[in-house]
Amino acid sequence: MSQPVAPVRHILIEGNKSYHNITEDLCTPTEKAPSREWIIAFSIASALLGLYIFAIIWTVWKGIGSWNLNRTINWGWDITNFVWWIGIGHAGTLISAILLLFRQRWRTGVNRAAEAMTIFAVICAGQFPIFHMGRVWLAFFIFPFPNTRGPLWVNFNSPLLWDVFAISTYFSVSLLFWYTGLVPDLATVRDRASGLRRKMYEIFSFGWTGSAKHWQRHEALSLVLAGISTPLVLSVHTIVSFDFATSVVPGWHTTIFPPYFVAGAIFSGFAMVQTLMVITRKVLKLEQYITINHIESMNKVIVLTGTIVGVAYLTELFISWYSGYIYEQFAFYNRVFGIYWWSYFGMMFCNVVSPQLFWSRKIRRSIWWTFFLSIIVNIGMWFERFVIIATTLARDFLPSSWSYYSPTWVEISIFAGTIGLFFVLYMIFTRVAPVVAIAEIKAILKVAGDQYIGPNASQGHAHKQDEATKKEA
Amino acid sequence: MAAESKKVLYGLYNDEEDLKGAIKTANAAHLNIMDVFTPFPVHGLDPILGLKESRLHILGFIYGATGALFGFLAMTWIFTTDWPILFGGKPYWSVPAFIPITFEMTVLFSAWGMTITFYTICGMWPGVKAKTLDNRITDDKFCIAFDVTDAPDSDVKNLQGFFTNTGASEVNVKAL
Repeated sequence: MSQPVAPVRHILIEGNKSYHNITEDLCTPTEKAPSREWIIAFSIASALLGLYIFAIIWTVWKGIGSWNLNRTINWGWDITNFVWWIGIGHAGTLISAILLLFRQRWRTGVNRAAEAMTIFAVICAGQFPIFHMGRVWLAFFIFPFPNTRGPLWVNFNSPLLWDVFAISTYFSVSLLFWYTGLVPDLATVRDRASGLRRKMYEIFSFGWTGSAKHWQRHEALSLVLAGISTPLVLSVHTIVSFDFATSVVPGWHTTIFPPYFVAGAIFSGFAMVQTLMVITRKVLKLEQYITINHIESMNKVIVLTGTIVGVAYLTELFISWYSGYIYEQFAFYNRVFGIYWWSYFGMMFCNVVSPQLFWSRKIRRSIWWTFFLSIIVNIGMWFERFVIIATTLARDFLPSSWSYYSPTWVEISIFAGTIGLFFVLYMIFTRVAPVVAIAEIKAILKVAGDQYIGPNASQGHAHKQDEATKKEA
Repeated sequence: MAAESKKVLYGLYNDEEDLKGAIKTANAAHLNIMDVFTPFPVHGLDPILGLKESRLHILGFIYGATGALFGFLAMTWIFTTDWPILFGGKPYWSVPAFIPITFEMTVLFSAWGMTITFYTICGMWPGVKAKTLDNRITDDKFCIAFDVTDAPDSDVKNLQGFFTNTGASEVNVKAL
């Protein structure tokens, strides 16, 4: 029953593993006491999380006036950060869903961590619109439910409400997809554990046994969830872009926004996956599972999506000139040469120029370049959202209300704090669950492991070989 | 409750190819396999075990269609009957604006419905104690299990012979 394998094949699992080796390698990080590096990094992340909590309490106590938003610029760092985090939260579902449908085997090494990252990024993203509402204790008003205020309903014609539906659906469906994939691996951890630890994993693995029928259903469920998550992930950033595109503000009211936002989201999401994977594979010693080939594949996605984003930037400029509409032309002139020119050039350099380095195979396969450029890309994508939001609002229709915006310490603390929140969640995840999908890796071992030696070579599997060599001896 | 305690004879194999070969042998000998447990989804197992394709995706479609209808009809009712509000002179029943939420509700209902169904039909929930025959089944062992609760000794012997002949690395009996 071997599946067709291309003659030129990337080895995705190195080190001539047996099934048991895979279990050992991937479960051990959850079984050992945390390393010193982990404790130090976790303390830093927790400190940032503390800063976040402090800044949020400050915001709620003092009101949104503690941010530097003003009459003209009513979206600043908050919505910039929101869109930035949501964008980062796109790679996980892309890797796990779209690459599953395309049968890209390399997704197996990174999908679990990328999905976890997605969920944590969406949690961070959600903080901003929620606290931007001001009276956060009334945040539940955004959901349509029968109430005693009429009942007064939400506005279903508003893209902001579409966003509520898109993001809450995205979050909950990603969570289901991720956790359902995790259940068999939690069962593996459970079956290696004892005492209280075993009891905990018994609860979280839902009584998984590995029965053939359960596996069949599990696969059917994963495939359909992947199928519906694919349009879902594309819809989420499309709808986020509608927040801008359906407005009548020059510079926002453009039809290119949905595809351009989606490409940008995949771009920044992959960059964040790279940042995390480069560290994770090193710290948890997973170099044989998250190989240079994986990193190279993701760098190819980065150079592709970075170029798409670059084309979108140039198209926007062209269309605004070609439209002959002076307000549109001014909006873009102002974006490039206005008061926030530095953020436009930062964006252009980080998002369009820097990823082009990945055309070089050497750079694509270099850990240090990958790590460095992934950070640059994330900075660039933050600039992109800032350019779209702040530069546009700072120069609106009425020159008398033009203004300048820079954040207060509260806004900066909240942003830095969500990075802490993100890393606290991610680092806890690396301690409690296998970072690489154990069962999925085992399922591709014989077609993508380096003990594969030719078509139908299932006999070349590690312990078979061992037995053979024993017999010879 | 009495039905819960079953006597199970099971054999462990080291490789999925051995497992598949053993199942084929069992089929040829008309042995009634209770269940097969594997550490990962083994491809080509379903046809030889005679498992029919899961109907979960049909349910997924039904749940999705329910979500789409629910979302669309709820918005229709709210904006045309319960509390019509005029937004910028646009029609009360503004169908294009309902599309994004209708889509999200389709996905939401389909995903949650299917997942809940999956866990329910598999009998899996937080706190369910796993009826595992061997801890290594989630690691690197492939297991075939026979229900031998009421089986005479001769049958058990026969099954043990089957395991030895098909290359099982271990054969055990356990009460489930």
